[in-house]
Amino acid sequence: MIFGYAGKFLEVNLSTGTFKDVRFSEEVLRDYIGGRGLAAKILWDRLGSNWECVDPLGPENILLFLTGPLTGFFPGGRICVSGKSPQNNGVVGSTVAGEFGIELKCAGYDGIIVLGEAEKPVYLFIKDTEVEIKDANNLWGLDAKQTVAMLTKKCRELLGNHYPHKGLWKEPSILYIGPAGENCVRTAVVAAKWTHAAGYGGYGAVMGSKKLKAIAAKGTGPLPEVADLGEVNTLIQEVCNSAYKNELWRRWGTGFGGYSFGAKTSSEPVRNWQEEWHDERSFGGDRFENRVWVKNYWGDFGCPTTCLKLAVVKSGKFKGAATDNPDYELQAYLGTNLGIFTPEENVYLASIIDDLGLCGIQTGNVMGFTAELFQRGILKREDLDGLELRWGDAEAFAILARRIAYREGFGKILAEGIYRAALKIGKMKGTDLMPYAVQVKGIGVGAHGIRSGKDYPEIYSYACSVQGGDHTSVACMPIDDSRSELMTIFHDSGVYCQFNVFNIESTLLFKFYEAVTSLKLTKDMWVKTKALKILQLQRVMLLLGGPDFRWNPETDDDNPPRFYEPLPSGPFKGNTVKNAMFEEEKRKYYEMVGWDERGLPKPETLKRLGLKDIEKVLEKLR
Amino acid sequence: MTSKKKDIKPIWIARDLSKCSGCRKCEIACSLSHERRIWPEASRIRVFMLVPGAEFPHFCAQCEDYPCVQACQFKALSISRKTGAVLVDNSACTGCGKCVEACPGKIPHIHPRRNRILICDLCNGDPQCVKVCQAGSWNVLKVVTRESGDYAYKLYARTPEEVTRDLVVKIYGDKGECFL
Repeated sequence: MIFGYAGKFLEVNLSTGTFKDVRFSEEVLRDYIGGRGLAAKILWDRLGSNWECVDPLGPENILLFLTGPLTGFFPGGRICVSGKSPQNNGVVGSTVAGEFGIELKCAGYDGIIVLGEAEKPVYLFIKDTEVEIKDANNLWGLDAKQTVAMLTKKCRELLGNHYPHKGLWKEPSILYIGPAGENCVRTAVVAAKWTHAAGYGGYGAVMGSKKLKAIAAKGTGPLPEVADLGEVNTLIQEVCNSAYKNELWRRWGTGFGGYSFGAKTSSEPVRNWQEEWHDERSFGGDRFENRVWVKNYWGDFGCPTTCLKLAVVKSGKFKGAATDNPDYELQAYLGTNLGIFTPEENVYLASIIDDLGLCGIQTGNVMGFTAELFQRGILKREDLDGLELRWGDAEAFAILARRIAYREGFGKILAEGIYRAALKIGKMKGTDLMPYAVQVKGIGVGAHGIRSGKDYPEIYSYACSVQGGDHTSVACMPIDDSRSELMTIFHDSGVYCQFNVFNIESTLLFKFYEAVTSLKLTKDMWVKTKALKILQLQRVMLLLGGPDFRWNPETDDDNPPRFYEPLPSGPFKGNTVKNAMFEEEKRKYYEMVGWDERGLPKPETLKRLGLKDIEKVLEKLR
Repeated sequence: MTSKKKDIKPIWIARDLSKCSGCRKCEIACSLSHERRIWPEASRIRVFMLVPGAEFPHFCAQCEDYPCVQACQFKALSISRKTGAVLVDNSACTGCGKCVEACPGKIPHIHPRRNRILICDLCNGDPQCVKVCQAGSWNVLKVVTRESGDYAYKLYARTPEEVTRDLVVKIYGDKGECFL
């Protein structure tokens, strides 16, 4: 056994109501580590030969909740959710913060593999290695806050009844879906606490399709043994000390961005990316701090940064709305992208989105798209069931969000996510609406634009990423750059928060890995072999796609058309992505990661990485 | 140690619960120090989160009258003259849970693997939880001298439900109790 792992995974079949323990060989764990890497491996091994026929929302899909060896040790606990994505038909490693991964490892499991689908709503209750499938009829239909409240109470009662002499039980950690997930909305999240979300990928819909409302876990054991506890402690201290020096980051988290990424770098979506610049001082981080923050530092297991803040609207018609203070992504997607520029309206909308179990980014993206169609007269009031969807009208967007979550009226189309909705509405209206869909291969682009050239993504970052528009995993050169998705794969496979790695040398990550597992790994080895291998698996499954459509890399490895329009305003007015330059960079990137001119992994790349079994399947794409 | 012995006064951990970030570094530090493992359920200080956002550390308040010590029939609990902490004699503790019943805050809990009670021992005067909380400047926990006068430390021995009920109102306002 390798140190740092609990040693086994829990496989649950919801169709048959059975469980079993699954173990992976040391070789597999060495190569794929955990989280995103292991997810790619499990999905490829179990579904790869038939990938294009697997319906992401059918019982044949596999839903994964995977920790990594660094979970619980590296400051900032997370868990990785994956499966075949109902957004891009590929594999997305989607991580969510919280204690769930820690509880799971303390219970004796490194992860959960969910198969099949339940007949009636259920939730999974895990107390160490005792696992039960419980009836979730009373939970079905509840929003985020209600679900957490009821399940916390229920599970503490269950624990108290089973083990009466313990004293008081602490709450278990819970992952769950809101109404949006129950209704298989493709922009639904797997949530933790009230507001934490594994958003990219749309795995809330997969959970809903399996009628799995929640998983609650309580582990009473210690975290697994590590190879060198003294060294692990030293390294934890190093990571923390580095984070403590980064006081502005701790203070504002990404919440300074709602103003700065608009006013300074001009890379913030404004009214569905028609602009990327604004100078609305009403939306400054200081205003959020002074008007709505009720807790200045909020975080998860072991986190030195605690970059989250809690927010409550104190006055006006949205008084009482409570959620975590919108981070930059939600300030952008539930703020500027919808023409909203006040903290109160932004917090209100974020609280609605959280309660419904929707992804703020993907839902904000598809709502912005809809509002632009309304602005242009392509969609009329009667198309939108009587809704006047005007920029800046937070109440109208809240109504639309509810209709999406419950698949009501026009919301039913938008519930399919940006790509499918654009196709469908385009067909209805007899016109190509892709120019207004700001997405890459099914995934709405994160709120960091590329036209000004002043933000972190490059002009090929989204187009070439195996997770499309996901701003947390972008293609970058050199491929061992700290922004490169090959490094992100390490964070998401070791499974910890990548917001705690700023300002630390990447060699520390591999030292940390060795101190936990005892396995030697260098950055070079990681980037050039292991990470590259995981990347190929994700790439191949993404391109195989199906069952409703398949991506063509020649046309789909591209930026949204909007990014080729010149910026209409701001300090970088006129800036745009030049197609020739993009093509050149794209080709360079293909070369770096071992893909041919069409973007397919080359046979020699696969051979070198020991992925010969992929070669046969690739024939389908050639 | 010997020369300064007379200067040592019992201590207390002052707490400002509504500032708790929920980072649980106190649990990590406590279990590392006492168990040589990261082991949240074996930590003598436990962070409860009955409502997200209203996390807080739950640990011994060292009541003036020490009801837990009095309740123990096996003389397993004693009061440290040096720090004022409740000390557990592991060889005498039977894990009967009488001290939990006696505690106004139901704070002690049984070790998850060994049948004995867990109570904060103030780390012999140098509490590790306080160090990590201060290092990150959350300042929820702070070591102060324990005064023998009018302070009612016992007020801090409250159940997690009671504490949560107050914190949600403080943090979320008049709607806070709806989240329970």
